[in-house]
Amino acid sequence: MKARGATAAAALILIAAAVFIFLPVVLLVQFSFQDGLVPVPPFKGFSLRWYEKALENRRLTEALWNSALVALLSSLVATVLGFLAAYGLARRRTGWNGAAELVLMAPITVSYLIIGMGLLMTFTMAGIQKSLLAVGIGHVVINLPLAFAICYAQLGAHQVAYERAAEDLGAGPWQTLLLITVPTMAPSLGAAFALSATLSWDEFVIAFLLSRFDVTLPVVIWSMLRSGLSPELNAVGTLVFAVSVAALLAAELLIFRKRRND
Amino acid sequence: MARRAAPPLIAWATAPALLWTVLFFILPLLAMAAVSLTRRERGQTVELWTLDNYRAFFMQGGGVFLQALWNSVEVTLTVTALSVLIAYPIAYVLAYRVPPRWQRMLLVLLVLPFWTSYVIRSYSWLLVLSEKGVISIALQGLGLADGPVGLGNTRGATVLGFVHFFAMLLTLTIYANLVQIRESYRRAAADLGASPAQVFVRITLPLSLPGVAVGAFLTFVLAIGDYVTPQILGGSKELLLPQAIMLQVGRTADFPLASAMSMVLMAVVTLAYLLFARHLRMGRL
Repeated sequence: MKARGATAAAALILIAAAVFIFLPVVLLVQFSFQDGLVPVPPFKGFSLRWYEKALENRRLTEALWNSALVALLSSLVATVLGFLAAYGLARRRTGWNGAAELVLMAPITVSYLIIGMGLLMTFTMAGIQKSLLAVGIGHVVINLPLAFAICYAQLGAHQVAYERAAEDLGAGPWQTLLLITVPTMAPSLGAAFALSATLSWDEFVIAFLLSRFDVTLPVVIWSMLRSGLSPELNAVGTLVFAVSVAALLAAELLIFRKRRND
Repeated sequence: MARRAAPPLIAWATAPALLWTVLFFILPLLAMAAVSLTRRERGQTVELWTLDNYRAFFMQGGGVFLQALWNSVEVTLTVTALSVLIAYPIAYVLAYRVPPRWQRMLLVLLVLPFWTSYVIRSYSWLLVLSEKGVISIALQGLGLADGPVGLGNTRGATVLGFVHFFAMLLTLTIYANLVQIRESYRRAAADLGASPAQVFVRITLPLSLPGVAVGAFLTFVLAIGDYVTPQILGGSKELLLPQAIMLQVGRTADFPLASAMSMVLMAVVTLAYLLFARHLRMGRL
């Protein structure tokens, strides 16, 4: 009797949680197909016209490519720099390691808004224009600590044996790095890249402060919000959702496959 | 084995990342700290080394900026407390009442709605809360309201939007903590005659506090610096500190004042960090 009561309570908690967590996203997706002007009940029938409208919106599609470009390039830079930093610190113990770690991890403790403002002011003083490049630089700043931490955690003693073996067999430092360390670190590098790309793709405030003519997707969506509730926004949100979930599935499959092969 | 001198590749590998962080993070923050101590009029710096901006922060307009800071602290603390209260039962049920093979799938489902854009996520709550939204329609349909009921542009809406996201985050940190607690502790307590409630209060709850603390800290730090959620859901009737900062940047381009406000925001986050670090150390004793 008591056990049944506990099970019922557990089920109730899960159902309430599901409703709370899924309510907005279900409304978002359902009313992106609304055959009407407002994305709220009643549902007036199924239509794809808001998707057509969104995909015909040049600003939106350009921003989509800008976002993808910034996400891919800034994540690449963050991953390479983060990995190199982790490699240097893990393979060479000096009295400065602690200080270097502190500096590299520091950006994680500061709000994106403040990082973006600081860059905006510095770039303005240095006469550097607002641009996608400036946004990318900011995104490397926020993702570098994460990429570094992910790689640092995985650069353990187990690769050192392989690296020593390669060196003893006559491999130079670059050969050891590229042929031994990088392949054994592939899962961490992949994770660092995927996480950075996700955060960059969705980042708003730095992109908003540092871009002007070419903007990223969250910034365009922000400017569309002024017109209030609109099924077009629902369609855009649903598209972003679909792309993210597809990327998530792809990453999951790749990493899952890797683990199985190991 | 004799210690070999590190090859130049290893010696220099950390340099690019350090340089990047110094150039694009530390330097800008120092610049900001310096600018916060200047006064500018019509684009000209008219005074160096002044505390005017900080004075303005605490006094100007009958303390509107101080009020924004206070609003931010209130909202963030409310959000943190509510998120813990909502997340704990969910994490508990996931960890102890759901069969292990279902747990992973439920966790993926839990995180799934957050894979849409951050801006869109706040917007999607407007579908529920605004005058034309679902709640308003439902209340009118049930005859509980005569006209449209707008719940957007309120502090409650901001809190709801934040809690939606951070309850998910806290569920993850608390769940990760709960599944690490050894089953034998709980069973031993039960065998020695503790009631389920006693097992929870004396064993499970204390051992799960680190997960709560980590999640709560993340919630506090991320929520207090966020501009998107309060701007979309809370509107500008009542400003939070990040909104006040953005107003200085956007409308008046008053960088010295904005810098001073950012420094205050950073100080609050640092304070939270120090309190948190101390709490962790005490937890270990």
